[in-house]
Amino acid sequence: MRIALFATCIVDAMYPQTAKSTVKILERLGHEVIFPAGQACCGQMHMNSGYMPEALPVVENHVRAFDTDDYDVAVAPSGSCVASVKHQHAFLADRLGKPELKERATAVGKRTYELSQLLVDVLGITNAAEQLGSYFPETITYHPSCHGMRLLKLGDRQLDLLKTVGGITVNELPEADQCCGFGGTFSIKNPDVSSAMLDDKVNNICSTGASACAGGDASCLMHIGGGLSRTGAKPKTLHLADILASTMEETVAL
Amino acid sequence: MSAKDEILGRIRTALADAPQAPEVPRGYRTSSELDEEALIELLVDRLVDYKAGVDVIEESQIPQLVADKLAGASSVVTPQGLNPQWLSALPGTIARHVDAPGDRRSVAELDAISAVVTSSAVSIAESGTIILDGEPDQGRRAISLVPDHHVCIVPVSTVVQLLPEAMPRLTITRPLTWISGPSATSDIELERVEGVHGPRTLDVLLVRGM
Amino acid sequence: MTQVFLGMPAGGLGNLVETEPFPAAAHRELGNTQMRKNLRHATHTIRDKRLRVVGELPDWEQLRDAGSAIKNSAMFNLEERLLEFEKNFTARGGVVHWARDADEANTIVRDLIRETGSTEVVKVKSMATQEIGLNEYLETQGIEAFETDLAELIVQLGHDKPSHILVPAIHKNRTEVRDIFLKEMPDVDPALTDEPAKLAEAARKHLRAKFLSAKVAISGANFALADTGTLGVVESEGNGRMCLTLPETLITVMGIEKVLPHTDDIEVMMQLLPRSSTGERMNPYTSMWTGVTEDDGPQNVHIVLLDNGRSRVLSDSFGRSALNCIRCSACMNVCPVYERTGGHAYGSTYPGPIGAILSPLMTGIEVEKNNSLPYASSLCGACFDACPVKINIPEILVHLRGEDVDSQRDKHKIPTQMDLLMKGGSWVLGKGKNMKLVEKALPLGRLAAGKNKKIKKLPGIAAGWTQSRDIPAPPAQSFRDWWSAEKESK
Ligand code: SF4
Repeated sequence: MRIALFATCIVDAMYPQTAKSTVKILERLGHEVIFPAGQACCGQMHMNSGYMPEALPVVENHVRAFDTDDYDVAVAPSGSCVASVKHQHAFLADRLGKPELKERATAVGKRTYELSQLLVDVLGITNAAEQLGSYFPETITYHPSCHGMRLLKLGDRQLDLLKTVGGITVNELPEADQCCGFGGTFSIKNPDVSSAMLDDKVNNICSTGASACAGGDASCLMHIGGGLSRTGAKPKTLHLADILASTMEETVAL
Repeated sequence: MSAKDEILGRIRTALADAPQAPEVPRGYRTSSELDEEALIELLVDRLVDYKAGVDVIEESQIPQLVADKLAGASSVVTPQGLNPQWLSALPGTIARHVDAPGDRRSVAELDAISAVVTSSAVSIAESGTIILDGEPDQGRRAISLVPDHHVCIVPVSTVVQLLPEAMPRLTITRPLTWISGPSATSDIELERVEGVHGPRTLDVLLVRGM
Repeated sequence: MTQVFLGMPAGGLGNLVETEPFPAAAHRELGNTQMRKNLRHATHTIRDKRLRVVGELPDWEQLRDAGSAIKNSAMFNLEERLLEFEKNFTARGGVVHWARDADEANTIVRDLIRETGSTEVVKVKSMATQEIGLNEYLETQGIEAFETDLAELIVQLGHDKPSHILVPAIHKNRTEVRDIFLKEMPDVDPALTDEPAKLAEAARKHLRAKFLSAKVAISGANFALADTGTLGVVESEGNGRMCLTLPETLITVMGIEKVLPHTDDIEVMMQLLPRSSTGERMNPYTSMWTGVTEDDGPQNVHIVLLDNGRSRVLSDSFGRSALNCIRCSACMNVCPVYERTGGHAYGSTYPGPIGAILSPLMTGIEVEKNNSLPYASSLCGACFDACPVKINIPEILVHLRGEDVDSQRDKHKIPTQMDLLMKGGSWVLGKGKNMKLVEKALPLGRLAAGKNKKIKKLPGIAAGWTQSRDIPAPPAQSFRDWWSAEKESK
């Protein structure tokens, strides 16, 4: 299959490793990965902050970059950005009265998958160790990010993949379904509430005794990681893609 | 312009984009698959869960059970249309009052009466709900409200599993009271505790063959 | 887009406004550790209960779909439904009044009470009367209103404000309730313990005489059936039954959005509502009445149909589904923001996620600090998941943020930091090649992060982030650059 990678702006600029890991996993399965060069961002930061006219060029750019016949499916290592592509782009087009954009955005959204969705639903991965060679000899816990869980209804796809990684121990995270408090500009506009939510998430992660907290969204992981780092807590954060890409030969370091 | 005209005018303006009312998808359950025994078991389970007393009995046992339930009572009120047979085993020490058209018990009188016995119109097993509709065997709403102990007769033939099954059996314009357990509140720390303003004791006699 | 709307409530709106920005109110409330403990306990209790009873129904999602469609169809034909209701309610001896806003509703109710000669009324909990500030108004008119719902009673006796739409005293724990009762209930047993059952009993004793002697009652309504003119009140304690049954006069104040088209609709709503609100399969008591029933219950029956901003909500095609709300409170019970700030932080009668959209929709985004409410959410979506009538609260929050930003644009001549950030971001993120250009500066960020590879303090609006979080040092090379170097050059 020819798979178009939507790296997402935050992974592109801050966590290039996660995009490389995504490429690695898909190439290991024998698929061809392309990177549409025009891509930049899904625009949800703008939309969620209420800057609709400013979001428009960002959304149009995404649709332009991905509305091509050059690939079979698109994938992004982020539940939140995929949810934005699938739902929010059409909403913005509606709100700004752009029916043609809405139609194209909806078509792009239909072909776009979050990484675990693609792996499980399209590529039939049920055992990461066997099918992907994934190996990660650490104790981790897992935070299901809100948009993947509630907007994409990912269910246990990410967790199930993690549990089948070789050498791994997965400890359950108490109150896992509670938001970490990131919410994009929410963390800036309402820093006190956001911090209170983050505190609880950090404490819950520490209570598991894990050395890392895994997740499927780089932005939430940056938020949680920032909180862990500030409190001097031991656990690190790590993206699902990086753990799945980790092998016996090339084990990712914490 | 009258308030009515103005409000309706605002509504008309607000809906100038003429949104189309959707067809209501009624894909939820509307008929039961339970047999009578399972239905009884479900209703009993729900009633007990909400701290109501329940006895599953035959029609012939009603007088005795009513007498048993009212053992501690000093007085009882019944609606005029209640089968008088049902009170036939009551000891003479319990004062009896009948609430009848043209001969109503006042609120103060009701407050001094310890118990009430009524029949019921329809019951819903899945939610443990008994519906009174003010028929002569159930009486005015006040009589099943003010006394602190309610003994309620539920004929098995009036029990359905699901709320949608109860709807065709109700006359919606009658004064309806849906009762699910004795009065209760969840207002303190969102924990349910029984016994506030409505009757604090609810005894249900679930009668087979009726 | 929102149409130009001229139906702005002319008079007082009642209690629908946030008077200080939400972040400031939240900051204060977050410092109240006892309140936070109480709320955490209560919301977590109810979440588990709700999930358990919802899980029992195999057709929960079908019920939600039906509930949502029923409400939409009621709202899209609201004029016809209200007229139909009026006709049926009137035909059965009830009297219908219409009120454009809070002030008008209050005077209608006052006049109706005056006609009876009474100076006291008993009340069953109602959001509409809370919204219009009826109790406070009646007090100025020499009429005393007694709240009879336990939680309302706690709030009233404690000279407090409600913080939740279903359980207004949710921020108080049992011991605090006991203390309020000991201090404020004239005839209370001084040995009263904090056992909830004992507290409930104290409330029973306290209100009994009032119920038995009241001549006038005021209620809200959970629904009105257009096809029959029937009203319904859903409650637990029996205080509703007392108010709806014993007095001679019954005055109901109801928002115009509560009308349901058909009798059959209650078979859906009465499955959705109790499970979503108190986490019960059914609430202990539901009463329904259709106008006047001879010889049973109040013989002088009125309803005040209240607009107070609802028609304004209806005019917003992206926000109008907020009118579908059946006030179950599930959205606030699952909300991580509400759980931490409590309801007082939202200012309005309607707190939590629904309040964050409903208050600004009803008043207009520019009234007082209501424009800060749509930002009081991390957009985690828990509210949308829990909502029995499937109101897409996160989407409406985002829509209202857009309304706010647009309304501010013309106001300040100098753009805010956020404006600049978003404008700049729009340029950078609007093209792959712009992003590539900016990413060349990543090594600079590395420099700023220093040896331990952490950024600990940012200036301006971003300072809120670094108040409790570090930012990692950026990488030496973006993925985009790596890709062109590794993949495209080969
Ligand atoms: S918005 Fe939905 S969940 Fe919230 S109170 Fe209204 S009906 Fe309930």
